[in-house]
Amino acid sequence: MTINETQDEIIEEFELFDDWADKYEYIIDLGKKLKGFPEEQKTEENIIKGCQSRVWLNARQENENLIFEADSEAIIVKGLVNMLIRVLSGHTPKEIAEADLYFMDKIGMSSHLAQTRSNGLASMVKQMKNYAIVYGSIKS
Amino acid sequence: MTTITEILDIQAIRADFPILNQEINGKKLVYFDNAATTQKPTSVINAISHYYNFDNANIHRGIHTLAERATRDFEASREAVRDFIGASSIEEIIFTSGTTQGINLVASTFGRKFIKEGDEIIISGLEHHSNIVPWQMLCEEKGIKLKVIPVTDLGELNMEAYQNMLSEKVKLVSVNHVSNSLGTINPVKDIIDLAHSFGAKVLIDGAQASSHLNIDVQELDADFYAFSAHKLYGPTGIGVLYGKKEILNAMPPYMGGGEMIKEVTFEKTTYNELPYKFEAGTPNIADVVALKAALEYIAFHGKENIAAHEDMLLHYATEQLLEIDGLKIIGQAKEKVSVISFVMDGIHPQDIGVLLDNQGIAVRTGHHCTQPLMQRFNIVGTTRASFAVYNTTEEIDRLVAGIHRVKKMLL
Ligand SMILES: Cc1ncc(COP(=O)(O)O)c(C=O)c1O
Repeated sequence: MTINETQDEIIEEFELFDDWADKYEYIIDLGKKLKGFPEEQKTEENIIKGCQSRVWLNARQENENLIFEADSEAIIVKGLVNMLIRVLSGHTPKEIAEADLYFMDKIGMSSHLAQTRSNGLASMVKQMKNYAIVYGSIKS
Repeated sequence: MTTITEILDIQAIRADFPILNQEINGKKLVYFDNAATTQKPTSVINAISHYYNFDNANIHRGIHTLAERATRDFEASREAVRDFIGASSIEEIIFTSGTTQGINLVASTFGRKFIKEGDEIIISGLEHHSNIVPWQMLCEEKGIKLKVIPVTDLGELNMEAYQNMLSEKVKLVSVNHVSNSLGTINPVKDIIDLAHSFGAKVLIDGAQASSHLNIDVQELDADFYAFSAHKLYGPTGIGVLYGKKEILNAMPPYMGGGEMIKEVTFEKTTYNELPYKFEAGTPNIADVVALKAALEYIAFHGKENIAAHEDMLLHYATEQLLEIDGLKIIGQAKEKVSVISFVMDGIHPQDIGVLLDNQGIAVRTGHHCTQPLMQRFNIVGTTRASFAVYNTTEEIDRLVAGIHRVKKMLL
């Protein structure tokens, strides 16, 4: 599935919900399902400093593709991280670097990407893209 | 249950704050983030627009009518502030951009001139970053030692430890009157008297006290007292630094520029008198003028009445919140203003904040700019609900119901 196909799939899933609580319950559930990091991997190197909750991100390359793993202290952020990984992980650095993440806006969650939320999510997306750029340039 | 006959008509007061009358995420707004900033009554909003519509001019030195009017209103506000904190003279009232600037002013002028290598400064474990970092910067620059009064499990200052810290080496003590994170009211009169007995000066960070407590800088015998207008129903971007006249006179100026000079030649500049010596450049005139409207608003309703209402809300909320399983209040000082910080088993404060916002309830989550205090309690942050004159017990019921809902969603 392409990045945009996954985004469209998520948007469709969210169309089933007509109230905020259903949406958030779903996201909370995704947060609980995200595997997360073992404590020893929550290193300074992996941390993305948000103001309020810490987010950890790890990237590695498998064949052509970049694989992301991430974790957060806050469960809603973790659920959103789960979706971001579902959208971006497993694609080539070029695809990730060029991705336009429109699904967050479409499912009404774009406020969580605002820097003012200080939840580390915006920085995480930036960091994912940075990884993609770095891995992309190593290859070429 | 607390029973109290309300003197204030809270519904009428709510009507003075147009911002409260709106829906957030489809629910009636509950604004419980008053310790961060309070909302503004119509009279304050009108004072700003009136100033720009009719009176705007640069102040002092102008000879035309508008300049006279703007100057008159600006200085009338200074007099209102003097009265509000019980200072003896308007020369002791310096307008700043806020508490933060007031503290930095003292650190940069008083601190640089009068505190030397080997001296000591005392702050407390309850301080806001703005009453920590300026002193750290000064200490690093000059080789001064920074000491910190420890905080007890209840969130009060350990006064015995404070007494033991005092010596002739201590030149300044800088503590808050009220803790923004926990609501603790500190015994600042005792803190000041003890410091004075060792010859140390005292700065009180009054950011959180000014809207809740009666302030009398002469009775306290504070050497400096700093606060922000935006936390007492006034505009953002304006604050006050009170300083005793003889100390202010001995201090060098803060910033150089217009307004703060008497005469400038390239050989030598002489500085203006107090308070203008510390007010370089064109000040925030409109907001200073509107600050007076905020002080009048408080005076009209009576600080005691406002405090009584907020006290009732504090006790009601404390009782109600403590009934929630897994909820723990951080900061259980005997003397508190209407601020409640809490943590919940297994739930990150940020998740609480997001899910309450979806129910139209505005609280603050995080470390509240007091990271050392959070470390003291071994927590990443809290959820903080802080009440003002326009809040009601019905709104607290909404908060309690909201938290139950959050719990159900998360656990
Ligand atoms: C205790 C305390 N000190 C200082 C400040 C800083 O005030 P301002 O940001 O208005 O300068 C605050 C504001 O949150 C505060 O609560």
